[in-house]
Amino acid sequence: MKLTLWLNDKKVQDEIAPDMMLLDYVRSKGCYSVKCGCETTNCGLCTVWVDGKPMLSCCIPAARMEGRRVTTLEGLQKEAEEFGKFLAEQGGEQCGFCSPGFIMNVLAMVRELKNPTLDEIKEYLSGNLCRCTGYMSQLRAIENFIAYKKEKGEL
Amino acid sequence: MLKIKNYVMPGTIEEAYELNQKKSARILAGCGWIRMSDATVQTAIDLSRLGLDKIEETEEEYIIGAMVTLRQLECHKGLNDLTKGAVRESVRHIVGTQFRNCATLGGSIFGRFGFSDLCTCFLAMHTEVKLYNAGRVSLETFMTMKKNTDILTHIIVKKIEEPMIYLSQRNTATDFPVIACCVAKRDGKFIASIGARPKQAKLVVDEEGIMKTAVSEEVCQKFAEYVAHNLDFGTNMRGTAKYREYITKVLVKRACQEILEMEGK
Repeated sequence: MKLTLWLNDKKVQDEIAPDMMLLDYVRSKGCYSVKCGCETTNCGLCTVWVDGKPMLSCCIPAARMEGRRVTTLEGLQKEAEEFGKFLAEQGGEQCGFCSPGFIMNVLAMVRELKNPTLDEIKEYLSGNLCRCTGYMSQLRAIENFIAYKKEKGEL
Repeated sequence: MLKIKNYVMPGTIEEAYELNQKKSARILAGCGWIRMSDATVQTAIDLSRLGLDKIEETEEEYIIGAMVTLRQLECHKGLNDLTKGAVRESVRHIVGTQFRNCATLGGSIFGRFGFSDLCTCFLAMHTEVKLYNAGRVSLETFMTMKKNTDILTHIIVKKIEEPMIYLSQRNTATDFPVIACCVAKRDGKFIASIGARPKQAKLVVDEEGIMKTAVSEEVCQKFAEYVAHNLDFGTNMRGTAKYREYITKVLVKRACQEILEMEGK
């Protein structure tokens, strides 16, 4: 079946299988940051934005994305790099496997929540599992990132 | 993963209903569990182009489209003001924000899953469901109906502001609940909706007027025991029947005490 959507602000059109998942579709387009980490729709590693909202691409049929705007980490290079520095400063990237999905959700959170508390941050990101289990360094990185963005007047 | 031969996005509910009359067809809602199915369907019917993703409001009701996501419910001020935050509390532990941006109320309610926080919460409210063919029925009745080929289009909540508390017990954050509990006061009577027993949610009404007597910790405990006595519990990998019964009493008592506090008693 035919699919037309906007992927990282570029219009793309393809023939797809009716049961292709969005995860597999974006990977077929070279967006390798998006990965399947659990097979049970729980880990957050496959997070993409659909019309600006963070969603799990592993459980979205690609066909459903007809005419929608899909963003992956590849489409947010500048913002990802900016937050990535804060993550690295705290050693929060650890093994790095969960980082793409985690960064996608952090960037969605800072756009959606105004002045989030620590509890609100934890709740927003509860669907991003880190097998290194080093959540404290990630939280420090987020707090520093938010403080920096506020100082710059960008939040 | 679900294997789909033919993917259809109907433009009308009538069309979706007609397509769904074939046994080999299946409705796609939020698709949260699509990876965990190994079924093959001839025609997958995607409801996402039917305008069922809105929460509408009249003077008397909230009319919630079946494709409204859990995240929409979590962030909806009107519904959360009405339920004293119970709706938000019932969904905020479910997996994560990204999952809740996918999963839909209709998927959870139509599935009538035992683990459903949503069924537990909405059962304690003045809730009806609207089915394309069968029309409006109370959620309590719907919970007992067999699954068929009708299509759930809306969930309707009457705007009756009453005290309400939602609590759940989970073995670990973001997991399914071991017990889900929603206590409310409906038409002056205390009611408790208990889900994840692990069977589907069921309502227990204070028909004996236990909570009408002088309010105290003992009375709350008595009502909690009455609720547990009127339900059956089962065992699965998350907990035993005995454990569930015990936790039910704890949560019901706690919820009753919170409601009494809410009422300034």
